[in-house]
Amino acid sequence: MMKIDFSGLEPSVPFKANADDLDDEILAAPSFALPVTADFDGFQKAAVQMVKPAKGTTTLAFIFKEGVMVAADSRASMGGYISSQSVKKIIEINPYMLGTMAGGAADCQFWHRNLGIKCRLHELANKRRISVAGASKLLANILYSYRGMGLSVGTMIAGWDEKGPGLYYVDSEGGRLKGTRFSVGSGSPYAYGVLDSGYRFDLSVEEAAELARRSIYHATFRDGASGGVASVYHVGPNGWTKLSGDDVGELHYKYYPVEPTTVEQEMAEVPMA
Amino acid sequence: MKQQANWSPYDNNGGTCVAIAGADYCVIAADTRMSTGYSILTRDYSKIIQLADKSVMASSGFQADVRALQKVLGARHLIYQHQHNKQMSCPAMAQLLSNTLYFKRFFPYYSFNVLGGLDSEGKGCVFTYDAVGSYERVGYSAQGSGATLITPFLDNQLKSPSPLLLPAVDAVTPLSELEAIDLVKTCFASATERDIYTGDKVEIQVLNAGGIRREFMDLRKD
Repeated sequence: MMKIDFSGLEPSVPFKANADDLDDEILAAPSFALPVTADFDGFQKAAVQMVKPAKGTTTLAFIFKEGVMVAADSRASMGGYISSQSVKKIIEINPYMLGTMAGGAADCQFWHRNLGIKCRLHELANKRRISVAGASKLLANILYSYRGMGLSVGTMIAGWDEKGPGLYYVDSEGGRLKGTRFSVGSGSPYAYGVLDSGYRFDLSVEEAAELARRSIYHATFRDGASGGVASVYHVGPNGWTKLSGDDVGELHYKYYPVEPTTVEQEMAEVPMA
Repeated sequence: MKQQANWSPYDNNGGTCVAIAGADYCVIAADTRMSTGYSILTRDYSKIIQLADKSVMASSGFQADVRALQKVLGARHLIYQHQHNKQMSCPAMAQLLSNTLYFKRFFPYYSFNVLGGLDSEGKGCVFTYDAVGSYERVGYSAQGSGATLITPFLDNQLKSPSPLLLPAVDAVTPLSELEAIDLVKTCFASATERDIYTGDKVEIQVLNAGGIRREFMDLRKD
């Protein structure tokens, strides 16, 4: 009889209720310390408030004739304060797969690192690279097992596998969608506006890169929480390559060059009546 | 019986940390004031700890959490030395710190850290963190209560090009070691004027091929 493997549903790291034993923390396998409280949700809310995680993002990815194009901005803000202009929001999981980062920076960074480990182990065990569908499902199952505990992740897994280009959207609410065009983050409505109006399947790599870059630029122009550098990656049959990284402040003058305006009429003294 | 409704396991003891990476050195600095609310608890508390030969961490936030974190990292590094018979590299320590912070994702260490040191090529490196372990390698960084005052000043003085730019632009701090130390002193002298949680003294540790050097500079005590 066939058995279904449910191991992916188990939390990959065990929970631990007693956080006071320091020896345990050092010698035992790493585990998540939980606060001893009756009101976990309230504690989370207060703790999140205190540590002020960085928020605000524009990321996008789309499938086209030549593969997948992935792009993102690089700003991290805490309320009105810009805490970084150089965040790496496109995470290189392995040479054939990229993940994007929106939501909690630490949540995305940690679980993508964890996914990278799992993908490598899959490669060693099965002598072939994991599919994009498989990898995104590993992540979605992990995130689903922590559902309701306050993780904040909105990510796209883009890559090239045996079936060709792959693109999945995964979030911390448990959602996992297969698609050809996604944008995630506070700037996504603006990015979608540009992306949808310029998208065709038979775009060339150069055209697709320009569309991605322009979508990010226009999102950073209208969304205060997005900005910094617009990075563009392409995933093809031979893995990913970074195509460009441009300061959006300089991109502005590329899209809207400053032209010397012709003087229509010189100002002149109005003759006294 | 009614329970105490608004008790919190956290306190904020303030403090400011700054680190600057150079071509062959790294400067890590922090003030020595520790406060709670409007009270100054001590004027002489070091926020900087040496974790390995070539990695030094400065932390502000909640002193009890910082001490617990330092103890965990110290113990993990001791185990690493016994297993590998060598000191941990700074980038390795950076990821260990990230993971250690993230394993307390649901009960965070209330600590804001900068890790400075030298990488395997002897180049200066600075890693900056949030409280739950997101980290980034940068050319310079400020953390803690005075970070919002100091970071814009450092941006103005050092503005290293973003490491994300392609074609890449060399991002090394164009300062000599002595200039970097002077800049750090200026930062703290200025932050002390406007941040009540920064003051008393600044402790500066300088890492280079020759080892570690420590120095202090007095700040306003009001």
